[in-house]
Amino acid sequence: MSDEILKTTPLNAAHRALGARMVGFGGYDMPVQYEGVLAEHKWTREHAGLFDVSHMGQAKITGKDAIEQFERFVPGDYKIVKDHKQKYTHLLNDNGGIMDDLMAGKPDHDGLYVVVNAGNKDADFAYLNANLAGDAKLEILEDRALLALQGPEAVAVLSAFEPAVAEMAFMDVNWLNIFGTNCIISRSGYTGEDGFEISMPNADAERIWNTILGDERVKPIGLGARDSLRLEAGLPLHGHDMDATTSPVETDLAFTISKSRKEAADFPGAERILKELAEGPSRKRVNLIVKEGAPAREGAEIADADGNVIGVVTSGGPSPSTGNKIAIGFVPPAFTEIGTELQVLVRGRPSAATVVASPFVPTRYYRKPKA
Amino acid sequence: MKFTTDHEWVSLDGDIATVGISAHAAEALGDVVFVETPQVGKTFAKGDSFAVVESVKAASDVYAPVSGEVVEANEALADAPETVNASPEGEGWFAKIKISDASQLDGLMDKAAYDAFLATL
Repeated sequence: MSDEILKTTPLNAAHRALGARMVGFGGYDMPVQYEGVLAEHKWTREHAGLFDVSHMGQAKITGKDAIEQFERFVPGDYKIVKDHKQKYTHLLNDNGGIMDDLMAGKPDHDGLYVVVNAGNKDADFAYLNANLAGDAKLEILEDRALLALQGPEAVAVLSAFEPAVAEMAFMDVNWLNIFGTNCIISRSGYTGEDGFEISMPNADAERIWNTILGDERVKPIGLGARDSLRLEAGLPLHGHDMDATTSPVETDLAFTISKSRKEAADFPGAERILKELAEGPSRKRVNLIVKEGAPAREGAEIADADGNVIGVVTSGGPSPSTGNKIAIGFVPPAFTEIGTELQVLVRGRPSAATVVASPFVPTRYYRKPKA
Repeated sequence: MKFTTDHEWVSLDGDIATVGISAHAAEALGDVVFVETPQVGKTFAKGDSFAVVESVKAASDVYAPVSGEVVEANEALADAPETVNASPEGEGWFAKIKISDASQLDGLMDKAAYDAFLATL
């Protein structure tokens, strides 16, 4: 990794000017922290945090066959997704393993806008390019940056620039002229908080970044806090809590498999996934609170109450909002009931851990009250 | 106070060496959220991993800068690991090690040499 030449986002100089500590992530030189992970984490939960997520892959899939073609690779029903809505889904391999997790939505009437993980984007886009048929075309939006504004004050901050954003509900996505340029704005994110992701032309990114940071309710937040925030929100991370071997059922994300697609059994790996839905998977994602000792991190073994190793931690660390030590891991379904007492083995020493519900911290997505 | 290239420090009082991590190491780690100090009575050879310090993101080994027996561990770090950030070369000490031979410190850097070493990183 060390001789890898890292790519940069349009905000690289802005991060350095803010004194960010930079690290390589997903092939990019990215800010891991500015003032400190704990302070940034808490600021996002209490106010609003601004994240540069321009390393993520943005693309349009256009053409009249776009929806039908996209559905060949994912288990979600995108025909029923309304205009100006987005939906979370999985790019599945033929064995039903998760090649990547992604958002795909309809900000306009022309196909889909997708956002994929930085570390997978080259592979995802190559795969889609090679396999999209009919008149569906992949257009990689390399000329666009992506910011996330997250936290309870995010809507107040952003609506000062464009009041229409306050009318959006969780998972709405739309083109809006804001900050004097055309942005794709979704009311979504990866922190468990209310907030927005804003896609903009690269040329406007630094100006918009600085404009939003001009609001005293907003601070820049690095990837360190992004990870602790998503962990508390119970949001699994690809490459850690899911990979090409884990299915959406094992990852406890079976909600992504639409009813119509189950009935049609026409998505990649349908045979395995439908079998797991009917009979149960051999392992399943659980959330754990570690009650003593050191935090359990990725790779720590999970044992039952008698000390028999039954699984492994895939993400873990301290939860700054609760003071608990939290972890995500995989164990056989028999051990996934809330309240099950397990152990985690950290540096060979067992610590008591309890299976708890997800999320660890209540999420605050903005859902419109029903009329 | 003497320093190692692994960013530990040692301060000798008679045959008792107080050890911790340098201000540079604490700053590089970021917010310390957990410290595993060594058990009193255990003996370590110079260079052994004798403690673990954890930030939000990662766990890092701390290596014994001298050989000897642990005679005291800083129990206060269990409830207040942030002390390592607030006072890395003072209140945030990790352990006191009884050493047999003060010449063990001979190869270590003094503050000026350590600062010069940091400038090369």
